[in-house]
Formats: sequence, structure tokens, C-alpha cells
Amino acid sequence: MTGDIVQMGAYIGAGLACTGMGGAAVGVGHVVGNFLSGALRNPSAAGGQTATMFIGIAFAEALGIFSFLVALLLMFAV
Amino acid sequence: MATETHGEAEVGLVFHPMDQFQVTSLFGADKVEWFTITNVTLWMGLTVLAIVFLMVFGARGRALIPTRSQSIAELAYGFIYKMVEDVTGKDGIVFFPYIMTLFMFIVVANFLGLLPMAFTTTSHIAVTAVMAMAVFLAVTILGFVKNGFGFLGVFWISSAPLILRPILALIEVISYFVRPVSHSIRLAGNMMAGHAVIKVFAAFAPLVLISTGIGLVVTPLSILAITAIYALEVLVAFIQAYVFAILTCVYLRDALHPHH
Repeated sequence: MTGDIVQMGAYIGAGLACTGMGGAAVGVGHVVGNFLSGALRNPSAAGGQTATMFIGIAFAEALGIFSFLVALLLMFAV
Repeated sequence: MATETHGEAEVGLVFHPMDQFQVTSLFGADKVEWFTITNVTLWMGLTVLAIVFLMVFGARGRALIPTRSQSIAELAYGFIYKMVEDVTGKDGIVFFPYIMTLFMFIVVANFLGLLPMAFTTTSHIAVTAVMAMAVFLAVTILGFVKNGFGFLGVFWISSAPLILRPILALIEVISYFVRPVSHSIRLAGNMMAGHAVIKVFAAFAPLVLISTGIGLVVTPLSILAITAIYALEVLVAFIQAYVFAILTCVYLRDALHPHH
């Protein structure tokens, strides 16, 4: 398969790959929501755990970035 | 679709969003070799200069009541010092200069890339992969030097049921080797994604010059969107540098104290 069909496949694949970012958004919201609910119950202990929250956000978001990378690669490098 | 520079007369995007990531030689050479002075060289040099101006010249006065640059330098120093001490413990403070270098380079490179017409050096996998590989090799070698073969205890989760431990060990080994991959792609992907999105909105901004009817609606909205995404990118620039540094500290802590 050459030419237009490959292009079409690349574009459709890029659009499908973007659904992975929805999972990342849910994951990050989950982490921050749990942190917020814990912090509002125990505000004095919240400051020490902001670092852990950021690490959790980084891990959850990284996979969304991977799916965005796949979409970008399919759009512009195939 | 090759990512060469695109001409102006296209029906699609006027600014191709991936053009800003091209590495071009500064002084006219056609082919980029390993010794060519490129825009990456220029912006990395500017990053180092900015850090030197902030930390060395800014804090040179050592006044008791700090000047503005000294205050910013002290804030950055104290922030990273506290983070390294909290995460890696007292015996990890030896590695504070390395973590500080990583953090300052990444945060200043990210911020400099936000200037208009600038080039973001940390958006290239080549740059971030080298940093992540250096962290991975340093942590692994340090782990074996400090703990001998006891370093392999980092894969043996003693807080899990005995039956699960071999399977968990296999999963831990795989995730240990995926660490440099995720470490580098997280930073490069975030930077590239942010700047590509800004460029995509920027491609819509001059629409009022092409077709005034719909342009009067689209142009203000796209300028608003560019501003909003730009603000998000300022936040992301700082957070990604912080996340890179704090994950390096977490890996260092695993190397220094491998027993769970």
C-alpha cells in the first residue's frame, strides 16, 4: 500500500492515538482529587505530601504524553 | 510527509507546527555534523549564560538583605536543597550539586524556549535522553558501588506476599530499565507538545488578514487561546523541571537505600 491510503491510515491512527490522553487526564484528576480531599481533612499534613502529589502527577501524565508522541509521529513523521 | 520547511502558498497551515523544532546550522553550512554550530548550541550557551548571570553575578554581593537576583538565587538554592534533603536523606546531600545543575539547566532552558522566536533545547529527545541516561548510569553504578550485589535487593519487594515476589521482581526489573525512557520522553514530550499546540493556534491567528468575515471571529479567539496555552506552558516549564529533579532524587534514594 502506498501513497494516499498510507496517508489516510496515518491520519486516522493519529486521531485514534489521541484517545489515550483522556485516560491521562482522568488519572491526573484522580491523583489531585484524592490529594485535595486528604488535604482538606488534615491541612497541617498536606504540605509535606505536595512533593508526592507532583511525582504522582508526573507518572500519570507521562503515559498521556507517550500517546501524544505517537500521534505526532504519525502525523508528521510517517 | 517529510518535516521540511513548508512554503507560504499552501492551502493548509501557514506555519507548520513542527518547523520550530528543526536543528539548523547558524553559519550557513548545509549539513549538520557533530561539530557544527547550530541553533541548539546558541540556545544552550544562552541558558548557561543566564544561569551564570543569575547565580554567580546575582548573588555575588552576598548582602544580608538580598537584592532581587540574590533573592531569586537563594530561593532556587533553598528549594532544591530542601527537596534533595527530604527525598534522599542526609547521605544524599552529596549529590546536591548534580541535582541543582539538572534543575537549573532544565528550568532556564524551558523558560528561554518560551520567548518568541526562541528554540527550546529540551524539546529534543537527543538532549533529554542524554540527561536521563546520565542519571540512569550514575544511579546504577552508584548502587553497585555502595551496596555491592545487595543493590539487587531493590527488585525484591519484602513487603509483598512471598508467592508474588518473583513476579513482582520481574516487573520491577522491566520498570527499572524503562526509567530512562520515561524520564526523557516526559520532558521532551511535554515541551514539544506545548510548543506545537501554541504554533497550531498561531497558524489560525492571521486569518483576519486572509478572509475578514470569519477572521473577525477566529483571530481574537485564537489570540486568547495562545495566551492561555502560554500561561499553561510557563507552569509546565517549571513543573517539568521540578519533576525531572525530584524523580532523579527518588532514583538516587533507591540506589542509596535499596531495601524496601
